[in-house]
Amino acid sequence: MIKTGAQILWECLEQQGVTTVFGYPGGAILPAYDALKYSNIHHVLVRHEQGATHMADGYARASGRVGVAVATSGPGATNMVTGIATAMLDSSPIVCITGQVGSKLIGSDAFQETDITGVTLPITKHNYLVTHASEVARTISEAFYVASSGRPGPVLVDITKDAQQSTCEFDGKPVAPQLPGYRPDLSPTPTEYKQALELIHSAKRPVILAGHGIILSGAMDEVRQFAERNNIPVGLTLLGLGAFPASHPLNLGMMGMHGEAWLNTTIQEADLLIAFGMRFDDRVTGSLKTYAPNAKKIHIEIDRAEVNKNVKVDVALVGDLKAILRELLPKLKSQERREWLAYIDRLKGDVAVRDIQNLPDNGHLYAAHVINDIWRQTLGSDTVIVTDVGQHQMWEAQYFKHEHPRTLITSGGLGTMGFALPAAIGVKAARPEAEVWAVVGDGGFQMTMSEMATMVQENLKVNIAIINNGYLGMVRQWQEFFYDRNYEATPLLSPNFVKLADAYGIRAVAVTQRSEVVPTVEMTRKHKGPVLIDFQVEQEDSVYPMVAAGAALHEMIRRPNPLEETAADA
Amino acid sequence: MLNTFVVYVENKPGVLTRVASLFRRRAFNIDSLTVGRTEKPEVSRMTIVVDADRDEALRVEANLYKLVNVTYVENITGKSSISRDLAMIKVSATHGTRSDVLELANVFRARVVDVGPETLTLEITGPEAKIDTMLEVLRPYGILEMVRTGVVAMRRGGLKTDEAAVTAAPETGAGTAAADDNVSYSV
Ligand SMILES: Cc1cc2nc3c(=O)[nH]c(=O)nc-3n(C[C@H](O)[C@H](O)[C@H](O)COP(=O)(O)OP(=O)(O)OC[C@H]3O[C@@H](n4cnc5c(N)ncnc54)[C@H](O)[C@@H]3O)c2cc1C
Ligand SMILES: Cc1ncc(C[n+]2csc(CCOP(=O)(O)OP(=O)(O)O)c2C)c(N)n1
Ligand SMILES: [Mg+2]
Repeated sequence: MIKTGAQILWECLEQQGVTTVFGYPGGAILPAYDALKYSNIHHVLVRHEQGATHMADGYARASGRVGVAVATSGPGATNMVTGIATAMLDSSPIVCITGQVGSKLIGSDAFQETDITGVTLPITKHNYLVTHASEVARTISEAFYVASSGRPGPVLVDITKDAQQSTCEFDGKPVAPQLPGYRPDLSPTPTEYKQALELIHSAKRPVILAGHGIILSGAMDEVRQFAERNNIPVGLTLLGLGAFPASHPLNLGMMGMHGEAWLNTTIQEADLLIAFGMRFDDRVTGSLKTYAPNAKKIHIEIDRAEVNKNVKVDVALVGDLKAILRELLPKLKSQERREWLAYIDRLKGDVAVRDIQNLPDNGHLYAAHVINDIWRQTLGSDTVIVTDVGQHQMWEAQYFKHEHPRTLITSGGLGTMGFALPAAIGVKAARPEAEVWAVVGDGGFQMTMSEMATMVQENLKVNIAIINNGYLGMVRQWQEFFYDRNYEATPLLSPNFVKLADAYGIRAVAVTQRSEVVPTVEMTRKHKGPVLIDFQVEQEDSVYPMVAAGAALHEMIRRPNPLEETAADA
Repeated sequence: MLNTFVVYVENKPGVLTRVASLFRRRAFNIDSLTVGRTEKPEVSRMTIVVDADRDEALRVEANLYKLVNVTYVENITGKSSISRDLAMIKVSATHGTRSDVLELANVFRARVVDVGPETLTLEITGPEAKIDTMLEVLRPYGILEMVRTGVVAMRRGGLKTDEAAVTAAPETGAGTAAADDNVSYSV
């Protein structure tokens, strides 16, 4: 049948299982929008194209399916850049479709012409410029394949207006990708497996470093069996949270800059690190010179370019984590490791950091309380937390205990403020049955709060918890610690968030007392529509512990007047 | 140390940019890069010479493989291979010096490709070092202009380069931890 490139586009997206796209129209993408009338795909109209990319990203991270964002050429496409870079650094599979000026006009500085494939070259896993209707089908099939296979990532497809408008024969059959150079399916050699097992069996003080790759690989069960069989304690990266149950006796919590002190000490004293799908980010290692000095290292990782990038390892198993663990498990011996585990337990007792949790109500509202209360109230229900970037993000990681994968969605690698609200909308679109909370700072919220309108227009219930401390808190904390408390450009004036939400037709309430937190969370959960809560918290609280950039992992800045310290925290 | 990579890429628009952009993005130092056609019309071949230590060279290779349009990469440094560079050198050659220059050209098996009233233009092909040496000896006569193509390289022996190592598991190697100034001091 003869079809336009635009018609083929939507048909191919449907073939890929796409039901929802997030986008914003404009001249160069209008033919595609016009052809939406032939498609069952639901289009969510965003308020800014950055929002569309974060929604697609949230959609992908919540569901494991590829998220799709659509924009016009020029400013529409460039507005996507931040969202694409965010997805790139966190290995999130999204496909961005942009309109481009007519192919005859390319290079002429035509109206709204931007070389978006050039702009996004270093921040996409791959990108395409499509100039003929006949290339649409194959390109879409390749884009989805590249985005979702191997180490996932964003792919951009730029389609000229004439490629959307012109016609070609299309038989509706799926087109196979033709990618001779793309080999996402590496696997280790038998010797490498053997070496890894030898290191594990002879280790006295091993730790598993559990990363985002576990979730991407779907290897949660294998990791659990692995840890339990050999009694290896598990520390998680920020993006790994949920990959191993928080309540598991072998779980040591989050590692790194704002991680648990006992875990960082454990890593420093370990004789073997076993990294599962994590990339030794500098927030995780602290100073590389002093990182885990006595430990051998095994790195299980799908991307060969990550091996030996930051940390020199002794054995690298390159391939899909789940497949590799399935290979290792039958040969993995059962070991007890009583001494090592008892030692770590003592560390926990000595250096408990979840201090603030035990603070009696002194009339102040602390972000940690708010987050911990939200956790307690939602315990056992299907809840996804999406955070923005800053102090509240770290408190969430510390005080919300994630039992399941894909229940914490956050921008880790790029640390993109403004991520939470749009990503939460994407999460809710992917998982309508889940309870979705955006936990967001007063600063970050103001970067993308216009997406409240998208949420209302789409009838999506996302609960918004603003952790309002009147500051760009995380930057203020750095100024407090490293710049003599010179709070330059960090005190932040905000609008009346309750009135603002009201203008959007969103129920809203401000909370200033600890005693109000639980009833307000309860009300929010019961209310049919979205609710915004403006939690006006202690303004100059800091996130502890903290490894200063460049310091060794175990040299942590601790809360100056430790409150009653105990490890017996839920 | 200089590492020579043979890289096969799909012959498509923009692929050279992708490769060049990778080197810039990852701060690898290109010494020379050549690209040209191969026996297969759909494939182009690059020879890339990179100044890198062993670990960096492994990362160059791994990152090249990540480019979707790159079909094959081999670091042929230290392997039995032939590499050639071509140079055209315009040398000042006056009455007094012309025969000296011609004699030197002969010694290096360079060809005279153009003769001007006061110049000779020589063409020489060979390993880089040979051309470097010839340039050194010509320099006193006055090099007016010089252009080099950059190295092209090929494995010796019966197998084609991309067949020779296709089965070899990509090496992961033992790297060195990056220096501490790689710590990001941003919030
Ligand atoms: C303000 C702020 C503070 C932060 N503080 C901390 C902190 O204290 N602690 C912390 O941990 N993080 C922290 N981060 C996050 C940090 O910057 C990184 O984003 C995070 O550590 C990365 O985690 P990761 O390596 O598990 O995930 P990713 O960066 O997503 O890496 C995943 C890895 O898994 C690999 N992979 C993917 N699929 C597979 C597969 N199928 N099989 C095998 N491997 C696979 C990928 O190739 C990749 O190397 C902070 C971020 C911000 C913004
Ligand atoms: C887009 C963007 N700009 C700047 C930063 C640097 N930055 C990191 S955290 C932070 C402060 C965030 O403030 P807020 O949203 O109020 O959260 P808080 O830290 O107070 O919880 C800033 C400015 C960033 N991460 N992203
Ligand atoms: Mg704030």
